[in-house]
Amino acid sequence: MTSIPKGPMLKFLTEDAGGKRLLIALAVLTVAVPFFNLAVPESSAFHVSTYTVALLGKYLCYGLLALAVDLIWGYCGILSLGHGAFFALGGYAMGMYLMRQIGDRGVYGNPLLPDFMVFLNWTELPWYWYGFDSFLFAMVMVALVPGLLAFLFGYLAFRSRVTGVYLSIITQALTYALMLAFFQNDMGFGGNNGLTDFKDILGFSLQEDSTKVALFAASGVVLILSYILCRYIVASKYGRILVAVRDAESRTRFMGYRVEHYKLFVFMLSAVLAGIAGALYVPQVGIINPGEFAPLYSIEIIIWVAVGGRGFLYGAVIGALVVNYAKTYFTAAFPEIWLFMLGGLFVLTTLFLPRGIVGLASDIKEKMLAKKVQKQADVKDEPVDTLPKASTEV
Amino acid sequence: MNIVTQHIEPTEKDILYVSGVSVSFDGFKALNSLSLIVKEGEMRAIIGPNGAGKTTMMDVITGKVKPDTGDVLFKGSIDLTHHDEADIANLGIGRKFQKPTVIESLTVFENLELALAGPKGVFNSLFHRLSGLQRDTIHKTLETIALTEKVNELAGALSHGQKQWLEIGMLMIQEPDLLLVDEPAAGMTDHETEVTAELLKSITGQHSVVVVEHDMDFIKALESPVTVLHEGSVLAEGSLDAVQNNEKVIEVYLGR
Ligand SMILES: Nc1ncnc2c1ncn2[C@@H]1O[C@H](COP(=O)(O)OP(=O)(O)OP(=O)(O)O)[C@@H](O)[C@H]1O
Ligand SMILES: [Mg+2]
Repeated sequence: MTSIPKGPMLKFLTEDAGGKRLLIALAVLTVAVPFFNLAVPESSAFHVSTYTVALLGKYLCYGLLALAVDLIWGYCGILSLGHGAFFALGGYAMGMYLMRQIGDRGVYGNPLLPDFMVFLNWTELPWYWYGFDSFLFAMVMVALVPGLLAFLFGYLAFRSRVTGVYLSIITQALTYALMLAFFQNDMGFGGNNGLTDFKDILGFSLQEDSTKVALFAASGVVLILSYILCRYIVASKYGRILVAVRDAESRTRFMGYRVEHYKLFVFMLSAVLAGIAGALYVPQVGIINPGEFAPLYSIEIIIWVAVGGRGFLYGAVIGALVVNYAKTYFTAAFPEIWLFMLGGLFVLTTLFLPRGIVGLASDIKEKMLAKKVQKQADVKDEPVDTLPKASTEV
Repeated sequence: MNIVTQHIEPTEKDILYVSGVSVSFDGFKALNSLSLIVKEGEMRAIIGPNGAGKTTMMDVITGKVKPDTGDVLFKGSIDLTHHDEADIANLGIGRKFQKPTVIESLTVFENLELALAGPKGVFNSLFHRLSGLQRDTIHKTLETIALTEKVNELAGALSHGQKQWLEIGMLMIQEPDLLLVDEPAAGMTDHETEVTAELLKSITGQHSVVVVEHDMDFIKALESPVTVLHEGSVLAEGSLDAVQNNEKVIEVYLGR
């Protein structure tokens, strides 16, 4: 433990108390969950079921997605209501790789074409499916496609200085348009069924417990690394300029900063992180379809971040975990009221917890600290003889 | 070089040359063929009733508003109408807003750090470390604006007058050749107003300064030439005494 240099190089991590705790918790989770699944026998009360592993893995992907959204919304004031699109695009890129891995094991046994193409009587693979048989190529696309879309979108929007509600609305339109496009069968992405029936990844069967555990662990590691990257960014001068853009955009321009470049870079980075989250998500849930582009899903991400606490990074991750745990529970127990609960949760947070769960926690801590200081001050003020036990204290 | 018909040719000695500038918002003429020259190292005070176009003039100079007609030249040859805000800031024009605008959720120190002269690109900012020299500059500025004790406080927690000073400090540390200062004394106590006037006077000479203000005591303390704006153009120009005794000026101010 003491071997970690505590120089200015790591200050961006050591200064972030909440984030440090989250990273430790994630690291423990990433190691412990696989252990309690693989090494502890199923008969034991401590065994973690593979179902739970996959569920937790899914939550971690949502945590990464929320982190990506908080980076732009919490720090730069860009309220994207279309981040589900970048998540889904990353997911589709991974899905295309997984489809190509099926090979001739599909229902129609075509070695080259995925089942849905055979079903549509297509005879050759569309050009944009080329290369997806390579894992490396697919991984590059996972980052490149969302990044490129974010570049095009951001370049146009930020250069024309579209901000606030208008920007939010066009991000929502973006994801909606993509949803409609992906529903089309002729797009070549499986239409409304999407991509599914995956068999294996890198040669490992997706049905195996060990593969599921590995995917979970990969999600944990990627979330930890992404958190460190985001934390580095917000603690750098670049991060402070983002805050300046958020608080006083015009002022920032007059200081000589080209605001559109600052926004574009962080927007692209956020889109890439969302894409990676989508790519980790798809093999764990086994399907990707156009429903992932639904505007409602993008709004849900905003709720996770708001509930957890906007502008802390770790708050967003905690929000995603808490809300999705609640969602899993309530959609099973009381499916008909979940959406009302979600809406209510958002309204309540906005009204009473403007800084979310982690904001509330830090407020309570500060209050208790203030009280403690006050108490100590009171004790000092009192004469010693009214404190009979004082002499026994060291 | 632009051909200027109605006025004198701009020279290198004119840090700011504004000629025949008009701006209209939905048909309303906020600036009406405004012309103004500020010499290098000069301080110029600008007064005028509410809505005279003082802030709009600064918007035009700093690239926030594009004029419908007219020329705005910096240092005799740079056409400012072809540049945007960030460009103009980097060319050497700094601006203080009418409503004090600091980055409220950053500390006083961080506000000055961001305003500090230097490269302003994305990649530079990702890997930027403050040098010892830069730290010294920040601390010197903190002393000048009397905020040394507040160095680690959030700018949002400062009083109105302190925010004004912080913004003036941000302007100074940006090291512009021309400072545009919009109502620096608003919301300040008499003492603070005095100190602010002294501060601005002390940087004149090395820098050119354009100050907009309503407070006549403050203008008097600046001891600089005064330009009176009214309905988007110059009504009078000269010493404070001269413009205060100008009949047109008296009429405009009494007629309100
Ligand atoms: N963006 C805008 N859209 C429409 N009208 C504007 C805009 N900006 C300024 N105006 C109008 O132009 C006129 C000049 O405004 P400006 O702010 O330049 O006046 P000012 O001299 O700075 O006044 P004050 O002393 O009150 O600050 C005002 O009537 C104002 O309402
Ligand atoms: Mg004004």
